[in-house]
Order: sequence, then C-alpha cells, then structure tokens
Amino acid sequence: MKTIKNFTAPILVLFVFLGLAVWMPDTAVRSSLVTWDYFKEMALILPPVFILMGLMEVWIPKSKIQSWLGRGSGIKGAMIAVALGTLPTGPLYVAFPMTASLIRKGASFTNMVVFLGSWAALKIPQLMVEIKFMGTAFAVTRFILTLMALMLIGLLMENILRRYPDKEWVANAKK
Amino acid sequence: MATILTIYTLLAAGLALSLIKSKEKTKKAFKIAGKGFYKSAPSLLAVLGIVGLTLGVLTPEMIAKLVGAEAGFAATILASVIGAITLIPSLVAFPLAGSLLRSGATVMTISAFVTTLVMVGIVTAPLEIKEIGKKFTFLRNGLGFLAALAIAGIMGVLLS
Repeated sequence: MKTIKNFTAPILVLFVFLGLAVWMPDTAVRSSLVTWDYFKEMALILPPVFILMGLMEVWIPKSKIQSWLGRGSGIKGAMIAVALGTLPTGPLYVAFPMTASLIRKGASFTNMVVFLGSWAALKIPQLMVEIKFMGTAFAVTRFILTLMALMLIGLLMENILRRYPDKEWVANAKK
Repeated sequence: MATILTIYTLLAAGLALSLIKSKEKTKKAFKIAGKGFYKSAPSLLAVLGIVGLTLGVLTPEMIAKLVGAEAGFAATILASVIGAITLIPSLVAFPLAGSLLRSGATVMTISAFVTTLVMVGIVTAPLEIKEIGKKFTFLRNGLGFLAALAIAGIMGVLLS
C-alpha cells in the first residue's frame, strides 16, 4: 500500500497525459517528447550524483561540512556555496537531494539558499548563453543583483527557519 | 556535454579514492545512494511529467504570443508568472528572451521572465518539498519571486 501511495503523484500526471492524448493529441505528443528528453538526461545524470552523495555521506565528516558551510562559516562559506553552485553540474533537480544531505551534515540555510540560487541562476555555461543573446550589460547586472538578493533571502530564511523549524521535515530526516 | 563530463570525472575520482581506502565504506556509500534514489524516484517521475506538460502547452511560440500581445505592466506580470511556472533550458530561454526584446518587449518584462525563470521553480517544487521540506520550499520560491520582481524593476530602470 505504501508503495502505491508514494506513486500517487506520477500516476496523477499519467492520467493528465492520457486525457491530453484523447482531447489534444498534438500537445500530448509534444509533451511526451519533452518528457522523454528529460528522462534520458536524468537517467544519465542522477545515478552518479546519488553515488557521489553516498560517498560524501560516508567520507566527509559532519565537522568539516559545518566549518566549510555551517553557520559560522561567514563570507568564506558563502563563497564556497557560490563556487559549488556555478560549476557546470546539471539541472536544478540534481541539487535538491545534495542540499538535503548538506543540511543534515550541518550546512547553514543561508549557504544552502545561496548554493541553490547560484546553481539555478548563475551557472557559468548558462551565463555564456545569456551574454551571447542578451548582451553583457544585461547578464552582468542580473548576476550582481541576483547574488545580492540570494544573500538577503538566505539570511532571512536562516532567521525564520531557526525560530520556526520545519518539524515535519526534521522528523523525516532522522529516519 | 560539459555537465556529464564533470559529473562522471568527479565520480571516477571519488570512487577510486574510496575503493583504495576502504571497500566496506564504499559499499555503504552505494547503499545510501540506492536508498536516496528509491526515495526520490516517484517525485522525480512526477516532475518529469509536469515539465513535459508545461513545455508541451507553453511552447516558445505560445510564450511569445502571450508576452507580446500584452503591453506595459500586465506584460511584466504575465512574463513573471510564466517564468515562475516553467522550467526552460537556457539554450531555449535566452534566444527566446533576446528575440522578444528585439521585437519590442520592454527590458523590465524580459528581465521578469528571465529572473523568475531561474529563481522560482513551481514545476520542480514537489521534488524540492520532498527533499528539503515544505517550509524551505515555500519560503525560497516565495521570496525568490518577490526578489525577481524587484530585480526586474531595477534592471528596467537601469538598462532602458
């Protein structure tokens, strides 16, 4: 039963696809092709990512992560988070499980918001494309403003989540 | 390509080091990896489907029509909502944004589209919630949306 419950979301999505196939076959075909493309990408990227996470979990001690990315890591921690995020390492969904295990290992919420934000918004290959199509002024302005915004959001979220922790998530993370 | 190369190089180096140091711990790492993968699989599949659906409905032509048809403030809001919902690869998104800009959309509208696109991910939210929790996801995306609008406003003033 539990397995079926876990798969509720994908089954619902499947029904939407079936509905589309009946009423809007063109859209259904287009959507399926896109999904298939992303599926291939995921199948290639996710297994190594999860193994790397496992290796990190086993080999890098909590104290290390805490001193690199923890609450006392200051500007150095934020710089590490930006550097990790801007590396060419694939789509954002890859970063979610990584972020979760980094938080469990003692990384601060501020640094994790900066990490996820840089991953999504400041990736180096993506910036190249942006400069090419939008111009340098656009790309550079957006880079600087986004980085400032991420720091602010990170600090704000650190305060909120320390004061009102996500109890449900904390309970699940311990399992 | 760069992505795949980076990840597999990291994997090869990490695995080699780990195997030299301890077979036991490497085995444990694989166990943790398997468990994590199994736990994420359902939300991953759902997100894949949702991404496909949004991109199937909101094609580049459709977005161009929607954003191009409206003018002024309404266009900016519409662009930010579309950007927040969809997950478009940058190789598609930036050429689209560039051509919209050249065909007459304002800098503010295009900035709103680009910034919400990269800072807010509604289609990937189920996965983010599963991994990092509801509170984190809502706060990050909610605050990200507000910040994206502010950035778009500033860019509109600075760059036009």
